[in-house]
Amino acid sequence: MEEKEEKILVEEAKPVELHSIKKEKLQFQRFTRLNRILHILMIVSFISLALTGMTLKFSYTGWAVFLSHLFGGFESAGYIHRFFAFVMVCVFMTHLIDLIRLMRREKKSLRELIFSPDSLMFNRKDVKDLIGTLKWFIGMGERPQYGRWTYWEKFDYFAVFWGIFVIGFTGLTLWFPEVLTSILPGWFINVATIIHSDEALLATGFIFTVHFFNTHLRPEKFPMDIVIFSGRTSLAEYKIDRPAEYNELLESGNLEKFLVEPYPPIVIRAIKVFGWIALSLGFSIIVWIIYAMVFAYR
Amino acid sequence: MNYRYCVHINRETIISSFSNLLLFLYLVLSCSAFTLAQSNDDCLTCHDDNTLRGKRNGKTISVYVNSKELKGSVHNDVQCIDCHVDLAKSNFPHKTNVQPAQCSSCHDDEQTQYIAGIHGKKYSKGDPLAPNCQTCHGSHDITNVKNPSSAVAPIKVPFLCGSCHREGAPVQVQRKIPENHILENYSESLHGVALLQKGLSVAPNCASCHSPHKILPPSDPQSTIARQNIAATCTKCHAEIEVVHRKIIKGKLWEKTPHVLPVCIDCHPPHKIQQVLYEQSVANQDCLNCHGRTNLKSGDGRSMFVDVVQLQNSIHSQVSCSQCHNTVNPSLLRPCTGITSKVDCSICHAQEGDQFSESIHGQLLAKNDPNAPTCVECHGSHNVLSNTNPISPTFHTNIPNLCARCHREGEPAAVRYVGKEHDIINNYVESIHGKGLLKSGLTVTATCTDCHTAHHELPHSDPTSSVNRKNIASTCGRCHYGIEKQLENSVHSPSVTKTDKRLPVCNDCHSAHQISRTDAAGFRLSIMNICGNCHEKYANSYFDTYHGQVSRLGYAKTAKCWDCHGSHDILPVENPASHLSFQNKVQTCKKCHEGATRQFAGYFTHATHHEPVKYPIMFWTFWGMTGLLVGTFFVAGVHTLLWLPRSIKYRKELKKRLSREDEDLES
Repeated sequence: MEEKEEKILVEEAKPVELHSIKKEKLQFQRFTRLNRILHILMIVSFISLALTGMTLKFSYTGWAVFLSHLFGGFESAGYIHRFFAFVMVCVFMTHLIDLIRLMRREKKSLRELIFSPDSLMFNRKDVKDLIGTLKWFIGMGERPQYGRWTYWEKFDYFAVFWGIFVIGFTGLTLWFPEVLTSILPGWFINVATIIHSDEALLATGFIFTVHFFNTHLRPEKFPMDIVIFSGRTSLAEYKIDRPAEYNELLESGNLEKFLVEPYPPIVIRAIKVFGWIALSLGFSIIVWIIYAMVFAYR
Repeated sequence: MNYRYCVHINRETIISSFSNLLLFLYLVLSCSAFTLAQSNDDCLTCHDDNTLRGKRNGKTISVYVNSKELKGSVHNDVQCIDCHVDLAKSNFPHKTNVQPAQCSSCHDDEQTQYIAGIHGKKYSKGDPLAPNCQTCHGSHDITNVKNPSSAVAPIKVPFLCGSCHREGAPVQVQRKIPENHILENYSESLHGVALLQKGLSVAPNCASCHSPHKILPPSDPQSTIARQNIAATCTKCHAEIEVVHRKIIKGKLWEKTPHVLPVCIDCHPPHKIQQVLYEQSVANQDCLNCHGRTNLKSGDGRSMFVDVVQLQNSIHSQVSCSQCHNTVNPSLLRPCTGITSKVDCSICHAQEGDQFSESIHGQLLAKNDPNAPTCVECHGSHNVLSNTNPISPTFHTNIPNLCARCHREGEPAAVRYVGKEHDIINNYVESIHGKGLLKSGLTVTATCTDCHTAHHELPHSDPTSSVNRKNIASTCGRCHYGIEKQLENSVHSPSVTKTDKRLPVCNDCHSAHQISRTDAAGFRLSIMNICGNCHEKYANSYFDTYHGQVSRLGYAKTAKCWDCHGSHDILPVENPASHLSFQNKVQTCKKCHEGATRQFAGYFTHATHHEPVKYPIMFWTFWGMTGLLVGTFFVAGVHTLLWLPRSIKYRKELKKRLSREDEDLES
């Protein structure tokens, strides 16, 4: 969830004088601590859910058998799956509560919040940006002046919104089939199985390919962009990457509020280790999916 | 029958001289009452009075003749004077000292035999205990032998003879009778039981063997029961007995050399005849004179020693050497030179012998195959033990080891075997039967012979084999009777499902030698493939569901085919008794899903998204989801692919701009 409606500084982001930027090489803070924690929890739960769930979806592969046993059997894998489903729902709920808190703090209505320029809601600029981006891709224009959120980041955000509901509800059907079938017909379990598993396939496939490319693998970011973990990026990079937002902050004089000291190298290294693990697992899952669907499917 | 002839003659006489008689009758009656007293009526005028007394040898005796008895007797038409010949032509009243009735006037053959017999001889010598005709046959009340009330009717003969020859009677006590308890023994013997208890009038009675009139002691060469005549006597009924006895004694010698070979009564004692009562171990000592020596060797070096202790502990301790080595010939100088062939156990164990010769073991033996086992390979020779003896190699728990001698991998039988069942001994030992038998020590557990039979082993391809496909259910059903009955009524029974396809039998699912507990994980998992061999489509669709997916991961816990369909009692779902009928379906789900409801049971356990007609919702859900996936990936993929080349160029551009921006910001 790479959203950031709030412009409130987190504790470590103390305002500094502009002259000290030169000395300390202050960085620009893009994500709050809560957002970063939520994203880390999201990564952990998402990968765990993908691995445990796919042991069933691709049960005809040797990898599935290996992983299932690694998780301590199908029952144990089931518990892990449900536990991280719970974690993910908690992450989602925390984010919603966070949005409500923001709404109250900023004294904005829900409508104002959703349709503000920094909102993750799609707006007219996104259409313009999309067209501009496509033109830029084929060399017919300059790189668009991206703002706080690009359209592909917004797409990722709403994909999760949609996925949480679809996978969550079908997952509950499969978790409590006896209860759900007291309302719904028995065949809904069959349908729920298909939706749950295919939606999960879409999510994992999309996150570990498109999202990974968009954020980490595109050559200018390669091999990874750690901004979602550190929350901060160099001012120069930020200025080039998000010129619209940069200029707006510069003009409103609020830029200093977002300048923070960089993390010591040890923290960066830890972040990178975590990042590599997450990336490797993601790629492994993609390899497994391709193997299972292309080579092992009967 | 001579007396009949007599009667006949008598009638002829009467008829031929009927006219004469009529003529004389008047004269005879009218002339004088003191003329000849020749008609029965004349005699009965006086003798029909039961108070009439006469004298014989100085004693007063009743001379009463019951006219009714006389009329009912076979001698009804015989004139009194025909028997009481001394009274013919005598005047009335006749003399007092009347001679006994003369049976010989008609029955002279019987009379001759009687006189030659011991009874007649003794009678003529005046032995008061000796019987005459009347003792056995009665006097004026003699009835036909076919009349059951006759004193000499077959069924009454033992009682008649027994009146003198019963234990404690004067004859038995005072005279030299070689046998004791004759009547008791006879009544318990095979013959006595047949006659007296089963009422078989053709069963031999005393007279059948001893003859009715010329009864002689066995020491008399003319006697029917003399040693040399016994065979002839017995074969009157047991006509072809030598055929039956060929396995025991040589028929020819039996007749020709009665002094050497045993006669009937040597084995079947008189009056005690049972089915088998042999005099045994008579010759064993003769054999052991030589064969008891430990160093006795045959010409080719084999030990010919017979351990007498082993023999005595064996089940054949009461069987004599010659009963098995039956070609021994006592008339030879060395009887054992008659032994030229191996012991044929089937002379006693005929049924087992027949089964063996039909079995693959017997077939191989007939082909002189060196690997073919004979009786002794399994049972031993002189040390044969009962299969109920725990140290016997044929005791239930020892059989796997016994068969393993040849059928273990590497052993001759396993080497020559070309089928699919390998390592059978080890597999059996690890199977539920092997564990039950060898680890739990349950002697009722199936061992090799329970399925393959003890003597009639045949390859499964043989239609008469106990392990032939057609016979397997009944073979297993010998112990698992209830299961066999369930299977008989299930869809897998040939009597229920008429098909040219192969219907499963026990070993298709349970295997032959690797039968495991059905709740064992390995079995629960393997069964899906076994059902899938025939029900491929349903097995595949099963693997599309959660039950199947977990199973494929190697976990036995989720529902397998038979958890829902039943195992031996599988029925079509249309059948109300089926586990999956409308009535039973919810209950079947509840076995695992306690909260299952009618709606829950609506879950498609074999649903697949490949069948648009049968499962349209699933089909369209799947293709809807697939469309969403393909669409999303297509759009995102195009976006990414367009981005990639641009991004490579942009990377260089960015580097320059970054350093420039850094400088700008620092400044």
